[in-house]
Amino acid sequence: MKYQELEKSKEYKYGFVTDIESIKAPKGLNENVIKFISKIKKEPKWMLDWRLKAFNRLKNVKEPNWQKPKYPKINYQDLYYYSAPKSAQDKPKSLDEVDPKLIETYKKLGIPLNEQEKLAGVAVDAVFDSVSVATTFKDKLTEKGIIFCPISEAIQKHPDLVKKYLGSVIPITDHYFATLNSAVFTDGSFVYIPEGVRCPMELSTYFRINSSETGQFERTLIIADKGSYVSYLEGCTAPMRDENQLHAANVELIALDDAEIKYSTVQNWYPGDEEGKGGIYNFVTKRGACRGKNSKISWTQVETGSAITWKYPSCILQGDNSVGEFYSIAITNNHQKADTGTKMIHLGKNTKSKIISKGISAGNADNTYRGLVDISKRALNSRNFTQCDSLLMGNKCGAHTVPYIKNKNASSIVEHEATTSKINEDQLYYCNQRGLNQEEAVGLIVNGFCKEVLQQLPMEFAVEAQKLVGISLEGSVG
Amino acid sequence: MLEIKNLQASINNKTILKGLNLTIKPGELHAIMGPNGSGKSTLANVLSGKSGYEISGDVNYEGKSLKKVSVEERAQRGIFLAFQYPLEIPGVNTNNFLKTSLNSIRKSKGKKELDTLTFLKLVKEKASELGINEKILSRQLNVGFSGGEKKKNEILQMKILDPNLSILDETDSGLDIDALKTIASGVNSSRDSKKSFLVITHYQRLLEYIKPDFVHVLSNGKIIKTGCGELAEELEKTGYQKLN
Ligand SMILES: Nc1ncnc2c1ncn2[C@@H]1O[C@H](COP(=O)(O)OP(=O)(O)OP(=O)(O)O)[C@@H](O)[C@H]1O
Ligand SMILES: [Mg+2]
Repeated sequence: MKYQELEKSKEYKYGFVTDIESIKAPKGLNENVIKFISKIKKEPKWMLDWRLKAFNRLKNVKEPNWQKPKYPKINYQDLYYYSAPKSAQDKPKSLDEVDPKLIETYKKLGIPLNEQEKLAGVAVDAVFDSVSVATTFKDKLTEKGIIFCPISEAIQKHPDLVKKYLGSVIPITDHYFATLNSAVFTDGSFVYIPEGVRCPMELSTYFRINSSETGQFERTLIIADKGSYVSYLEGCTAPMRDENQLHAANVELIALDDAEIKYSTVQNWYPGDEEGKGGIYNFVTKRGACRGKNSKISWTQVETGSAITWKYPSCILQGDNSVGEFYSIAITNNHQKADTGTKMIHLGKNTKSKIISKGISAGNADNTYRGLVDISKRALNSRNFTQCDSLLMGNKCGAHTVPYIKNKNASSIVEHEATTSKINEDQLYYCNQRGLNQEEAVGLIVNGFCKEVLQQLPMEFAVEAQKLVGISLEGSVG
Repeated sequence: MLEIKNLQASINNKTILKGLNLTIKPGELHAIMGPNGSGKSTLANVLSGKSGYEISGDVNYEGKSLKKVSVEERAQRGIFLAFQYPLEIPGVNTNNFLKTSLNSIRKSKGKKELDTLTFLKLVKEKASELGINEKILSRQLNVGFSGGEKKKNEILQMKILDPNLSILDETDSGLDIDALKTIASGVNSSRDSKKSFLVITHYQRLLEYIKPDFVHVLSNGKIIKTGCGELAEELEKTGYQKLN
């Protein structure tokens, strides 16, 4: 055993160490671990109580098993629920020490060198350029009364807001993974946009101050007060690796009267090797409440990573005239599996929802769209439009569409369209004959297929996402 | 420019080209005629490098063997094929496709990529030369294009990519008289002492507008007769039967 590892094993033996550089909770899920997390985060008692309530609830719920992708049983007692960000010693010293494949992808995506270092977790001694960027950024927001900080900070500094809204969209009594998250979440983002304020820039996790590893149980809460607007970007196009196999994040959005939230995600977690070994399980709960009248929540997601993706960003359309949108691209290659879609719950009158889903499968992958449109009795004159398109590459992959529609009043209209098509060799040959190589050809065709969704992304994100779409499918055609 | 020696090609255990010889010099325009199923499109496909064929014999282009040269590399080196049946690619904007294509070819030659404005100017000029309604260029590639529009779009691509060897596979089929004339003049204005053409057609009519240097008759995978422009006229009267 190397010296470092020896040191580490000592740490486990003695349980919790106080040295902030190397804090790690012992394996296992129990009250002590939850208390430990809460203490490290300097949380008030109400927060700990909330966590413990969730934990107690967890003992009585079972993991869901209705989703299509099956995964090996997870031993929850064999996981770590808290470990501090890696210390500088453990990090690679320069990009030379990072997996060349990863660097190659960064280059293809056109990510600048200093960002590459940051993404690959290289320990950089020099002061980050981004510190000053972050500061000016923060000043601008503070001026407008916008709060954008780690949720752990919000729990301390803005307890009233957190108490009022945390768990108000995803209650601690929700399904297994959501409840698990409520008990053990470590960090995430908090955003509050005051009444009548239009957030002057895209908020992104990338810019969040102290945004180092938030761990596998991320928690995000975004509140748009009356008449406000915010666009939030999560994730990045660069591939992300993580030691933790299970990721179960919770994201809650609340839009009050006349407010609008636009939430965009690019998810590119490590999908595992070509056999699918070692990839991340991404079991995320994302839900938005259009609580006020005329409010709007729009989800846009580009899902290219993870071994298994299982998520349904949803909208609860409570306010009259509120609008929910879901734009999704899910790409699965090799042995990846995705079961994703949305739920649109229409409760208010004249509520509208729109679902555009583009699923792309290659290799041996499996891609399922699963969606629910539920129009309640009271939601008079509501409308939904759903379009699900699947694109298959090769003969070994699968695509499935599972739409559930419940329309409980006669004044509302639900429309559903679905198509399945195949990239054919002749289309590729045609592109090749015009001088495009295989990668460019696939990129062009697939980007054409998902254009309606890509258009929803903020500009600079869209350009990167377009490249990513091509890269994700590399080597998937003969 | 192009030298084909004893070319044989088979696919799915069916031999289609059975020892074909053909030499095209720079600046020449060759026409190929021949009955349905004689192997004309197959020849065009094989020259473009399409996979799936079992091939023997030699094909040299600009003095180098094309063996093992990929489809895109051939295209980048200046071989262009106007397809008999142009494909539809949903979601892909026609202008965008043209631009990506031109820039890939420019890149491969170490030339600078064209910016959008310069590109659009170029397209506008070529499109109006061919009487193409610009509106169709902002639509999805070939999707919902009429038969004639698809064929014109192929020639537009040829004009923009400016290849050294253009292979036109029945570009005249399905064109109305006016379109036929515009396309012919589009081809003629591209002809010069360095560029070569291989024009596959069933109709002598096209060859009234595009004067070939040679006319070949392809039958059952071989060139069975070669002549000049008059051969086409003769064939128009007598058909292929007599030649066999
Ligand atoms: N993939 C294939 N598998 C089997 N047979 C094929 C294949 N491709 C072409 N053929 C056959 O090869 C022969 C030549 O086809 P080709 O398309 O080259 O003819 P053509 O001369 O272009 O005919 P037309 O004038 O009708 O366009 C035909 O009999 C055709 O059915
Ligand atoms: Mg043919």
